[in-house]
Amino acid sequence: MSIAERSSFKYTAVGRLMSDPLAVAAVTIIALLVLCAVFADAIAPYDYKALNVRERFAPPSFVHLLGTDNLGRDTFSRLLFGARIALFVGLTSVGLAALIGLMLGMVAGFGPRWLDNAILFLFDTLRAYPTIILALALGALLPPGLGTVILVVVLTTFSEYGRVARTQTQALSAQEFIDAERAMGASPARILFMHILPNVLGPFFILAAINLPVVITIEAGMSFLGVGVAPGTPSWGATLKDGFDYIRNTPWLIVSGGIPLVLVTLGFTFLGESLRDVLDPKLRKER
Amino acid sequence: MKAALDIRDLSVDYHTRAGRLHALRNVDLLVPDGEVVGLVGESGCGKSTLISAVLRLLAENAEVPGGEIVLDGTDLLSLSDAEMRLRRGRDVSVVFQDPMTGLNPVLTIGRQMIDIQHREALSRAARRERAVDMLARVRIPDPASRMDSYPHELSGGMRQRVAIAMALMMNPKLLIADEPTTALDATLEVQIIELLQELQGEIGCAILFISHHLGVIAELCQRVVVMYAGSAVEEGGVRDIFHAPAHPYTKALLDCDPGRIRERRQTLPSIPGSLPDLTAPPPGCIFADRCTKADAGCGATQPPRIDTAPGHWATCHFAEAMR
Repeated sequence: MSIAERSSFKYTAVGRLMSDPLAVAAVTIIALLVLCAVFADAIAPYDYKALNVRERFAPPSFVHLLGTDNLGRDTFSRLLFGARIALFVGLTSVGLAALIGLMLGMVAGFGPRWLDNAILFLFDTLRAYPTIILALALGALLPPGLGTVILVVVLTTFSEYGRVARTQTQALSAQEFIDAERAMGASPARILFMHILPNVLGPFFILAAINLPVVITIEAGMSFLGVGVAPGTPSWGATLKDGFDYIRNTPWLIVSGGIPLVLVTLGFTFLGESLRDVLDPKLRKER
Repeated sequence: MKAALDIRDLSVDYHTRAGRLHALRNVDLLVPDGEVVGLVGESGCGKSTLISAVLRLLAENAEVPGGEIVLDGTDLLSLSDAEMRLRRGRDVSVVFQDPMTGLNPVLTIGRQMIDIQHREALSRAARRERAVDMLARVRIPDPASRMDSYPHELSGGMRQRVAIAMALMMNPKLLIADEPTTALDATLEVQIIELLQELQGEIGCAILFISHHLGVIAELCQRVVVMYAGSAVEEGGVRDIFHAPAHPYTKALLDCDPGRIRERRQTLPSIPGSLPDLTAPPPGCIFADRCTKADAGCGATQPPRIDTAPGHWATCHFAEAMR
């Protein structure tokens, strides 16, 4: 391949990603999820809030594709709108956690020893706290809602990004090209953002992709425990909870609530693995 | 003689668990304007500390108890951190040893070449043009298209050329070349040396060339400084050093050069003994322990700097007798 043909790195990265069947499957699942979330209003056959007491616990049929719940609400429609919540919570909290983790981690890895120790102490403290306990405690203190869910997720996951950013930054700081930059008069900020950041970003995308389903599961888990979203919100966790309450009579509720969670987890995990192969600069060779 | 770099009486200590390590002790070193000065010495003799001191990028546990580093008329040790940063790259620049790790792996050559000009008030197009021009000057074929290459797409020799181009981008007055050919094979080494010679003529910068390859030093340099265990032990013109060494260490070093061995033998020659403990340097001559000429006086009193010829000195009691 000549240099002129290879117009940009993005082109090759996407091109290589698409040649991996696992990645294609992952991207298909994620694309479906995004489509469902964006066009939920158009696709959903029913209003997700509409009660229909006469059709409570309807089994799956052509009228209600995935049946109805205890209040007669259409499960398929609720799951479609649930995709919106899952994506919103997932992207917002992963984005926030990654951003905070990145900043703190790079500062810890690049700054003086005492600052590194202080930030590491913060990471360790937060990491040591079990997610679900923190979720229950904060859920009890704060009003239920998406904001609380996002806060809990950010608090419990940003240290993971921070550790990766710190280790990467430390390893990179010892590299000769960073010494060379220093010797050429680059300021610390310039070295950090221009030279270290692009090297850290690859692993970060991978980590974020793998973490996204975890976050969606935390949201579902919190909603399942009743400390997540406000009652009535069509989150997947809330659907699971409703299904769990009536599992003896209407098993399809909990099954259909679980399927999207499984699919999304698989999709993002596959994506993360394929991204790792594509984004590693050492593996990026001309074909 | 106007000097690009004049180091006077420089000492650097490291605070270690074992105590204060005197990594550099009263080092004098002169790089005249537009000349190439070679710095030789075995591993651990303080070459890297010296470079870091000139760039003022010493490790956190380092301390400079005394001395001056005069670059182009200014003592670098008296500058603030911000002032020093402005001088790096512009007044003094470095090429490092390993071309494999000297470039950022995730940025294109062009991006790095353009980025390095961040302090110049130039348009992006002008910066790009300068970068392409510089790549052409280090003899990179098809420089315009190489701008879009990543470092891993270039060979080791090519990368070292790029590193040299980056170091010379801002026309520094002094280029420090830290064993730039050690990681390359012999044919590439010759090419890089020739390139440095040509560029030095074109740009007119002074070069402080660090190497343990004596042949390269003899080929490239006008003057040579020999370091041993944190001290400069001899300095002089390249002919004086190679043909009439005035310090026993220099002589021993020359005798160990594989290029100068004449007869067949089982083992390569080496200097018996090992480097002294720099946390507690001996009171007398630092080389006395390993020196074949040493007598009782050498272990007791530090030898003075003795001029043996104009511009040639050595710190040895027997410097006159050595010639």
